[in-house]
Amino acid sequence: MEKLNFTYQNSQPVKKFVHVGVVASGDLEVLIYPAEKTTLEIVTGSDGFKEVWQNVLDRFFTRYPLQGKFVIHDFGATPGVVNLRLTQAMEELNDEE
Amino acid sequence: MSERNWHSHRDAKNARLAGAAKLLDGKFAKTEDVVKVLEALIKPGDKVVLEGDNQKQASFLSAALTKVDAAKVHDLHMIMSSISRPEHLDIFDLGIASKMDFSYAGPQSTRVSQMIADNTMQVGDIHTYLELFGRLFIDLIPNVVLVAADKVDHEGNLYTGFNTEETPTIVEAAAFHDGIVIVQANDVVDKVPRVDIPAGWVDVVIPADKPYQLEPLFTRDPQAISELQILMGMMAIRGIYEKHNVQTLNHGVGFNTSAIELLLPTYGEQLGLKGKICRNWELNPTPTLIPAIESGWVESIHSFGGEVGMEKYIMARPDIFFVGNDGTMRSNRALGQVAGQYACDMFVGSTLQIDQFGNSSTVTHGRLSGFGGAPNMGSNPTGRRHSTPAWQSLKPADDPLAKGQKLVVQMVETFGSNKKPVFVDHLDAEEVRKEAKLANVPIMIYTEDTTHILTEEGIAYLYKTDSMEERKAAIEAVAGVTPVGLRSKPQEVKNLRERGIVALPEDIGVRRQDAKRSLLAAQTMDDLVEWSHGLYNPPVKFRSWS
Repeated sequence: MEKLNFTYQNSQPVKKFVHVGVVASGDLEVLIYPAEKTTLEIVTGSDGFKEVWQNVLDRFFTRYPLQGKFVIHDFGATPGVVNLRLTQAMEELNDEE
Repeated sequence: MSERNWHSHRDAKNARLAGAAKLLDGKFAKTEDVVKVLEALIKPGDKVVLEGDNQKQASFLSAALTKVDAAKVHDLHMIMSSISRPEHLDIFDLGIASKMDFSYAGPQSTRVSQMIADNTMQVGDIHTYLELFGRLFIDLIPNVVLVAADKVDHEGNLYTGFNTEETPTIVEAAAFHDGIVIVQANDVVDKVPRVDIPAGWVDVVIPADKPYQLEPLFTRDPQAISELQILMGMMAIRGIYEKHNVQTLNHGVGFNTSAIELLLPTYGEQLGLKGKICRNWELNPTPTLIPAIESGWVESIHSFGGEVGMEKYIMARPDIFFVGNDGTMRSNRALGQVAGQYACDMFVGSTLQIDQFGNSSTVTHGRLSGFGGAPNMGSNPTGRRHSTPAWQSLKPADDPLAKGQKLVVQMVETFGSNKKPVFVDHLDAEEVRKEAKLANVPIMIYTEDTTHILTEEGIAYLYKTDSMEERKAAIEAVAGVTPVGLRSKPQEVKNLRERGIVALPEDIGVRRQDAKRSLLAAQTMDDLVEWSHGLYNPPVKFRSWS
């Protein structure tokens, strides 16, 4: 178990709370709250992947610069699954607009 | 000057059979005499085909071959399409065989690697199936072939039925060039349901102690299909199948293509694609295609091999499958590979590694797997002359003499389930070439043949790229956070998307939120049984009694 924290300077404030995914083996849940700053609190069952998380988040926020508070509970998801859940949340936020 | 003997092979064959005469009653030998029969008929240095297909294994004969006296039978040159069973390699440890030419070594790939390193096995070459079958008639003509049949009649006519696979091809190579054809049979019957191989091609029949080994290799439990695979399946259907109007195709054997099969009756139907795509297939009879067949998507399926549990279902659907007048499907790997290479618009497969240039391989460190049929079907056959809409859709616009191209699609998640990156700068295969002393790097599908790479991030339309630099940039754009993907620049991705060389899900109208398991036409094995009206009978290991 490892706790990771990241901050970003993003430009698109989220307007609403969204929740996607589940905490199941190989999966994760993502909760996004409206906030003044972009922060991420990640709890992951797989230790030693901080750099991979950083890379996934950099790539995601470059394409979709969402501003908000992200809470992530990970149970060994691959980078592909993490990106799937983040982009699903992004789509749900776009639907709200 | 003495006249040359123009029938020395026939004389040699007759001499061997005469030497075994006391063990034979007509063509038939006793089960318990199998080792003696092999010792009498196989000579040191012989080229021997031991039938190891994808699904079917001549397991009685392969077990017997490990028991022959290595003082009498040694230095055999084995030719095998699939190295599947431990005894296929035990014969090298025992000094019975010394050289191997093969196509695929999936289950034994680690041990093959080790035996090469230890000099226990000398590898001739790694082949595609068709190549290996071809060489049986040119420069690897066998002295002895050891094959498996379901039923044999008293004359020696063989019934191989559902799992005919490559048995007739192997037998033909020996039967018409004075090789010796030795058959293990599950059952001896008065009359075979149909003749798959005529008695005149067969020299020796040995009733087996138990039925040959048969594996349900292509059964994928829908329960294990992930939402990521569903997303990729949706992207494939929209961004490739629909876009290129793909009507004739071959699918690989992974969960990615199973997901596509299960999305046709749901997502494909919503898109109004029924009757427009995926009509004619070269495919093992995968249970996950049952819902699409039952929904009227599929016109025809020809199969390389059988699949355990699908017998009754296929028997009841002769309009779709290739079925004999006895009611049982006939599979044929050689013709299936020809069809897959020349008669299909598209091949969709998967791999373990793709390099920065787009070359892919399933050979990784310590694992010399071979490739089976993938390099064959996953390549652009330059001898093709007939045209279809999909093939034409890849034709370059600027060349008056241009022709179409086959779609060769690699479908991979950017990271494997072991969290290792699939996209790498250099394939492990480059190192393996040195370790195994191979003439060429064991690449499964070359970048020049690869027209599309599909990942959970997007689709790279490689056939549209003009240079290797552009091709690399397109691969980087869909390679996620692998070392290759991290080189991708946002401005470059924007440019590639605008020019249609890269598409993200939103560019082709795919909503990631729709990627839910409820979108699969069947979510469990039970669902597949229900779709089949109870005709599909899943193997025990796929059944749940909950």
